[in-house]
Amino acid sequence: MPGGGLHVEIDVLSAFFLLPVFGLSALTGLYGRSYLEDGEPGTASSWLHLNLLTAAMALVVVARNGLLFLLAWEIMALAPFFLVIFDDRRESTRHAAWIYLAATHLGTAFLLVMFVLLANLAGTSDFGGYAAVLRANPTLSSVVFLLALIGFGSKAGIVPAHVWLPEAHPAAPSHASALMSGAMIKVGIYALLRMLTLLGTPPPWWGWVLLAAGAASGVLGVLYALAQHDLKRLLAYHSVENIGIILIGIGIGVLGLAYGNPTLVALGFAAGLLHVVNHSIFKGLLFLGAGSVQHAAHTVELEELGGLLKRMPWTGACFLLGSAAIVGLPPLNGFISEFLLIYSGYVALLLPTMAAAAAGLITLVAMGLIGGLAAACFAKAFGIVFLGAPRSSEAEHAQESGQPMLASMVILAVLCVVIGIVGPLVVSALTAVVAAASGLPVTEIAAALNPASGSLAVAIALFTALVVLSALFWAAREWRLARAGVRRAPVWGCGFGRPTARMQYTASSFSQPLVTQFRLLIANREAVLTPDGYFPAAASYASDSGDPFLRLLFAPTFRWFRRLASRLNVIQHGHIHVYVLYVAATLIALLAWASL
Amino acid sequence: MTPPHLFAPVSALLLAPLFVGVINRTKAFVAGRRGPPLAQPYRDVWKLLQRGAVYGEITTPLVRLGPVLNLATLITALLVVPFPGAGAAVSFTGDLIVLVGLFALGRFATVLAALDTGSSFEGMGASREMHFAALAEPALLIALATLARITGATDLGSIYGAITTASWVHDAAALALVGVSFLVLELVENSRIPVDDPTTHLELTMIHEVMVLDHGGPDLGFIQYGVALKLWIVGILLVGIIPLYGVGAEFALGAALLGMAALAVAIGMIESAMARYRLVTVPQFIVGAATLSAVAFMVLLV
Repeated sequence: MPGGGLHVEIDVLSAFFLLPVFGLSALTGLYGRSYLEDGEPGTASSWLHLNLLTAAMALVVVARNGLLFLLAWEIMALAPFFLVIFDDRRESTRHAAWIYLAATHLGTAFLLVMFVLLANLAGTSDFGGYAAVLRANPTLSSVVFLLALIGFGSKAGIVPAHVWLPEAHPAAPSHASALMSGAMIKVGIYALLRMLTLLGTPPPWWGWVLLAAGAASGVLGVLYALAQHDLKRLLAYHSVENIGIILIGIGIGVLGLAYGNPTLVALGFAAGLLHVVNHSIFKGLLFLGAGSVQHAAHTVELEELGGLLKRMPWTGACFLLGSAAIVGLPPLNGFISEFLLIYSGYVALLLPTMAAAAAGLITLVAMGLIGGLAAACFAKAFGIVFLGAPRSSEAEHAQESGQPMLASMVILAVLCVVIGIVGPLVVSALTAVVAAASGLPVTEIAAALNPASGSLAVAIALFTALVVLSALFWAAREWRLARAGVRRAPVWGCGFGRPTARMQYTASSFSQPLVTQFRLLIANREAVLTPDGYFPAAASYASDSGDPFLRLLFAPTFRWFRRLASRLNVIQHGHIHVYVLYVAATLIALLAWASL
Repeated sequence: MTPPHLFAPVSALLLAPLFVGVINRTKAFVAGRRGPPLAQPYRDVWKLLQRGAVYGEITTPLVRLGPVLNLATLITALLVVPFPGAGAAVSFTGDLIVLVGLFALGRFATVLAALDTGSSFEGMGASREMHFAALAEPALLIALATLARITGATDLGSIYGAITTASWVHDAAALALVGVSFLVLELVENSRIPVDDPTTHLELTMIHEVMVLDHGGPDLGFIQYGVALKLWIVGILLVGIIPLYGVGAEFALGAALLGMAALAVAIGMIESAMARYRLVTVPQFIVGAATLSAVAFMVLLV
């Protein structure tokens, strides 16, 4: 092979990322078996590409050669296209798949430049060869860092390259969305981390860029999620938010490397890496839950749902646990990684240099805002879908999904709880992975992580007290009420005689105050027809929260490209002999250039 | 004499309803009424615990779990909140993150319980609660961050133990700004005037009261006790930054209790003197508090 052998290798970092890839593949496979109905057109193709995607993700993670990496990357990019386009009779699905294809190749373009540049300078495509060149040349390192951030970031879904997620995830079958959101976008994070290990000691501005990108993705992701009323679109935007959280962690870690502070390195990378696994678990769970809702009620439009907890108790309970986990509530797994991240923020805050303290403050503000907004968003998502009364007859007659689907969800929900409970052990177990990602010795990382896992152990003891107290209060309450009596009655409707389910608070009304407050960032478009006069006739409300980046950045850019490309029409006539002439002329020109 | 280890949580459990009683008495006094006895909040909780309950027809067990879980989170939170002069029952690096997490959990449970009723009123209250909480959470984190920076400590016990008269001499501006944002947070987190009115129900501008509208009996008792505890917790965070050690450690407990009484009177005065803000103004009020803390932090940096 030119440029070195196509060799593969599994180190700690690769192995760590193989966990979500294989774990989630198995569970989504089990789930998909009953989600997709046999004989439905496209089922065979969907399975083929699901397996291809898994294989390609695994290959990307273990590849140690630029050529092999790109090959696997491209398979990993193409397979989801066929997963997204499953329901290809719908115009919107084809459009979504198209946007995905364009976005992924835009990212690959940067990667192609990066790998060609590296192979040229290193004389080999082996990662080991890259490292030698990069460590000798800081300018090259910085260029490669930026190319990697854009190229891999577009796969991970960093703002503004996130635009494909809210299109592709809702269009794909739910188990495919779960695998893409839970595992595939994490491979983008893996690739970024792998490049960072090759790039040598980072200058501080890399850390700042990562921190800024993370904070922007986190805050904007959750704000856009708030404005959605399609459950799967909402979840897709939360992937953007969580990738943001992961990036904030990596940013803090890189800043720690730049400032020579091992505590920051350990805490930042540990928080980011743990959140990778946590997000695979709860986002996988939530997408599978959304699929279960779609299976039962034939829609994921929030305003058509309601009261599903009574009809689908298992799906509801799993979705509730997933929601609480993604919001970062104790004692679930999301809290552990967010604890580490905020903890690292406080560590940075106390450092004497102003820059480090500012980074700490940014982390705290971003995490506080993301946490609060995510809580609002999932209170809305869970509350509107599963609580209250059903808002449509489909929701009214929804039935619980079959056991294979429930089994996948229950396993993931149990993992959310277990990782939360054994949090301190998980943090200690991360030591080797953090060391591999940061290049610092294991002992130094372990020393830096020890106080954090000690704190978490005390926190877990407090949460045990919380559970015991809750159980006591519950028991006391049951005991009291058994004597005093319980009645059921209609909820008071302000004296209104005939309340209907459609008079409940809706998802749009729930998030309206926040959406209005952040209107400068969200760009929600509303069409309101208010009731008017003494005998009001019709009234309507519609809101459309299209992605502002798609509308204001990408759409104009692509229109401009199309106009530019249409100028080339003058050399296209449809006459084959003219095209043959073009080919011949090009060949001659190239030969002439080569012989110069 | 060192105060017992569990002074902070036990004093809160015993005195929190009295704090509410003082607020109500102050409001009555300003309005020229005699007002309810100071022990009325205790009686209310006791009375509610004896009662039966009525639940909406479409509700699930979540509506019953909300008040239970909320009260449990607040009592757990009491363990990490230090009392001036007595310290906290449990103290560890990062306990302030756990405090914020527990608040978030209690709020999430309360909001889901509200949405469980399927009533528009509760939905409205839940929506507003989450809106304001999303802004209050960073404000609380920044305020605590500023205190951490001033004292160089990362657990609540050490942070509050290290605020002395000397810190006020060095960082008076920063501490004062943080104090103001804690006062705002006390009003916001506990839905007091000018953010919300705890005494009226069913007005369309309500937040907390309308969210718990359909709770009754023991559940409402839990909620009312929880309200008192949360008022106490945020109040302690505010009163704790006043350097009571200046009067000598042996008087610190008494001085801090006096401080809490003064805070209750102050809240009563604020509630008597101010009208509720329009809902659109409330976010500015909260963001203002967050900004004050951020400014305090930057003052420390330069």
